[in-house]
Amino acid sequence: MVDVYLNSKFVGTVDSALSFVDNVKDVRRKGDFSESVNVYYDEKADEVHVLSDEGRAQRPLIVIRDGKMLLTEKHLRQLTDGEITWFDLVRQGIIEYLDTAEEENALVAFSEEELTSDHTHMEITPGSICGLATSLVPFGNYNQSSRLIIGSKNQKQSLGFYAANYHLRMDMDANILHYPQMPIVKTKIHDVTGYEDHPSGQNMIVAIMCYDGYNMEDGVILNQSSVQRGLARSTYFRPVSAEELRYSGGLIDQVGVPDKEVKGYRTEQEYRFLEADGIVYPEAKVGEGDVVIGRTSPPRFLSSVEEYNLSATTRRESSLALRHGEQGVADFVVITENEEGNKLVQVRLREERIPEIGDKFTSRHGQKGVTGILIPQEDLPFSASGVAPDLIFTPHGISSRMTISHLLELVGGKVGALGGRFVDGTLFEAEKEVDLRRELLELGFREDGLEVFYDGRTGKKMLSLIYVGNMYYLRLRHMVANKIQSRARGPIQLLTRQPTEGKAKEGGLRLGEMEKDTFIAHGASLLLNERFGSDKVVVPICLKSGLLGYYDARKRAPVSPIYGDDTEISYVEISYGFKLLLDELLSLGVYPKLLLEDKF
Amino acid sequence: MKKDHEELYAQYEQEFPLALLQEIQSKVPADISQEKLQRVLAGVHDVYVKSKVSPGECVGLVSAESIGEPGTQMTLNTFHFAGVSEMNVTTGLPRIIEIFDARKDIKTPMMEIYFKEPHNKKVEFVRSFAAGLKETVFSDIVEEYTLNIFDQVLRVSFNASLLEDFDLEVKEIVKQIKLKSKGFELSHTDKDISFLHKGKPEELKSLYLLKEKLRNVMIKGLKGIRQVLPVKRGDEFVVLTSGTNLKDVLQMKEVDGARTLSNDIHEIHAVLGIEGARQAIINEVYKVVEAQGLNIDIRHIMLVADIMCASGNVKGITRYGVVSEKASVLARASFETPIKHIINAALEGEVDYLTSVVENVMINQPVPLGTGLPGLVTKMK
Repeated sequence: MVDVYLNSKFVGTVDSALSFVDNVKDVRRKGDFSESVNVYYDEKADEVHVLSDEGRAQRPLIVIRDGKMLLTEKHLRQLTDGEITWFDLVRQGIIEYLDTAEEENALVAFSEEELTSDHTHMEITPGSICGLATSLVPFGNYNQSSRLIIGSKNQKQSLGFYAANYHLRMDMDANILHYPQMPIVKTKIHDVTGYEDHPSGQNMIVAIMCYDGYNMEDGVILNQSSVQRGLARSTYFRPVSAEELRYSGGLIDQVGVPDKEVKGYRTEQEYRFLEADGIVYPEAKVGEGDVVIGRTSPPRFLSSVEEYNLSATTRRESSLALRHGEQGVADFVVITENEEGNKLVQVRLREERIPEIGDKFTSRHGQKGVTGILIPQEDLPFSASGVAPDLIFTPHGISSRMTISHLLELVGGKVGALGGRFVDGTLFEAEKEVDLRRELLELGFREDGLEVFYDGRTGKKMLSLIYVGNMYYLRLRHMVANKIQSRARGPIQLLTRQPTEGKAKEGGLRLGEMEKDTFIAHGASLLLNERFGSDKVVVPICLKSGLLGYYDARKRAPVSPIYGDDTEISYVEISYGFKLLLDELLSLGVYPKLLLEDKF
Repeated sequence: MKKDHEELYAQYEQEFPLALLQEIQSKVPADISQEKLQRVLAGVHDVYVKSKVSPGECVGLVSAESIGEPGTQMTLNTFHFAGVSEMNVTTGLPRIIEIFDARKDIKTPMMEIYFKEPHNKKVEFVRSFAAGLKETVFSDIVEEYTLNIFDQVLRVSFNASLLEDFDLEVKEIVKQIKLKSKGFELSHTDKDISFLHKGKPEELKSLYLLKEKLRNVMIKGLKGIRQVLPVKRGDEFVVLTSGTNLKDVLQMKEVDGARTLSNDIHEIHAVLGIEGARQAIINEVYKVVEAQGLNIDIRHIMLVADIMCASGNVKGITRYGVVSEKASVLARASFETPIKHIINAALEGEVDYLTSVVENVMINQPVPLGTGLPGLVTKMK
């Protein structure tokens, strides 16, 4: 007697667990049960579990009976001819889905060769241990798993052709790569997923070498001439949208060119790109501070009756303008309505992004790098056949990370490019290295991928041979143009009078606690004093009470908070932060008495 | 030594530390000419003066950075030698934190006991000595307690093989526990001890209490020493212990007190004094630093040890230790628990003379170090 549980609830007992389990499987394979039903015999607990609920991960496997696949050549032929589909195979019980529980009762073979009569299932492909994104790494089985994960993560950040209707879409932070290519070294997953329709990188000629140290510490050197020919060029899209909000009292925002009387009117210059409807005209080159959508809002507080007359003087300016450091071209304008029926205006800005120093690139093997320099082709090293690399990758990135797939792709890409074919790099089923080497030799190159190189500036032959080939490189979405920021003077916080923080607020970079320590350790005391002077103020201090006084503008004299005029006042330079501390101490009920003495 | 040499040395007595002068004396050939000696001394003087830290150099902060930065690279996990018959010792960052915080209860108290000349080469002696050190309590060797309710007798039988291991006899045990079992009549065979009430029988409870009391009575060894491990160091044998009892170990005549170590700073302070504690801090920290393969100048560690021991007591680098001794309210408040410090300062009417670094950074004044240190002295007319 064995207990049977359906979705972890006791439903009854059976005499023989194994025949019951087999029975359930047979019924499922016949198609009388849904393929999402799984059955599992727990030998230790002597229980049978039948599971049909949600939340179980399942995976498909080929059913094996008596050491033979149920899937035959005939099925495969029919599949390729389109006579049957995947689901026909599932319905016929040739392929079935196992969940993590039923897997415990199964013995799964990797390949047909190792099949024995004990096996119950076989993998469709050994590569199915990896997910979709990870399977896109060619020769992935040659790598450490951590690099594989990084490689698949990097691919998700790459620029490409994300949607064919991108020109009609209003996606936030969208990027389009100008000339996306299908990788020369691809995997079967690329074909299966239709990667050809939305590729996200380009095949570049990559040399693995050092050149003047501009690719040290994970840098890459780009060929400036290639870049000028359009290599890795992309376009960045960012929508700006404005809504006509409705307020209480029937008041409403208005899109339009604001009147000069409006509260908070910018300069006429900043509205110059607006057409009569208050929206920027397409193809206008807008820059920092320029208004893209003109808009006015009703007054914030309706305090007195006269403000109900809605004259232009009382309306507020609430236009949308480009923020600090932004620029672009008005690409596309949409005027529509949103769910609440409010008028919605969206303007998409477009900006061409040519690769520059600081832009991020990666291969598909977790080997990301930042552009260190762009060198014109005439100064780049070139091979005996006159080929200059598009990108120079550092050899020091390989030894510690052990990404063998990176090296294999380079040879594979070279073979593919020279032989005019795609190279298969599918996980566990890739083309063999020896075959690639032989083919490369037949194509008239050294089989190890090395070539004689010449320094582009001196013309001298380089001392060592250079490992060069073709690789699929991706441009990642982290571009300096979005991140660069600097300031000398700028906005400050209201409370502390210290500079604001963050790019959006045009903030400064904080000289923190540990940075402060380095100044002190160098004995650069006066320099530190200057650094920390961002919030310095000169305050009157009452010598009698030792408290901060204030300047009475009507009397044109400083005043003590306790003794009024009847005291001596001295002006002292302190940081506003310290003034705040003194105020907070006062609020604690602590009397912070300042005792002043002459500095000199 | 020549007389004019002596005069020369006397000249420099005020300039150098005595140790340096003695070193020169021992290294310089005795027949050195007056002129050459003069040059040697002048040269040494030059180097000595140059190697002094200049005024306004921020030694504390440089030490902090020099220890702190490599500290970030230290592996947090200590190595466990599973299976190896070495004892598990706290090392790495946890140990450094333990020392600098001057913790009273350290994770792995340890001793290294060295022996004097004839004993340290004899394996048998060291092994039996080690066995004798280990703290053995009554309950460790007991096999069974039997409480006879009718006769009001507690019988304790011992594990014979354990008795042999510890080299104990029941007679000795009876001697040890006699004091603890007043009011009871003891009788023993060579395998067990029986306890009977003297005079009229009382409640059973007292017998039970006796049993509980006897459990922790020490039979053999030194208090606090939980484990012993004799090992070979070079050509001699030493004993490593887990748990420490420096005071009692040092009193044993076979032990070489000059080399025997404990890793408990507070214990060293109690037994050997503050200078010993200072050296122990330096040694212990440096040991960890070296084990991690880091390169920290020992003088940085010495400075920290000096600060910790300057008051005559071992104080940790915590808000209760060294930091609480800072002169400035603002400096203390900027470390930890600011409100507590400010309120206490307000209650006492404390004055902050702004003599140190942090407080001057706070009020945006030049810190009195480096370029901020020198002041202008001028004659007022």
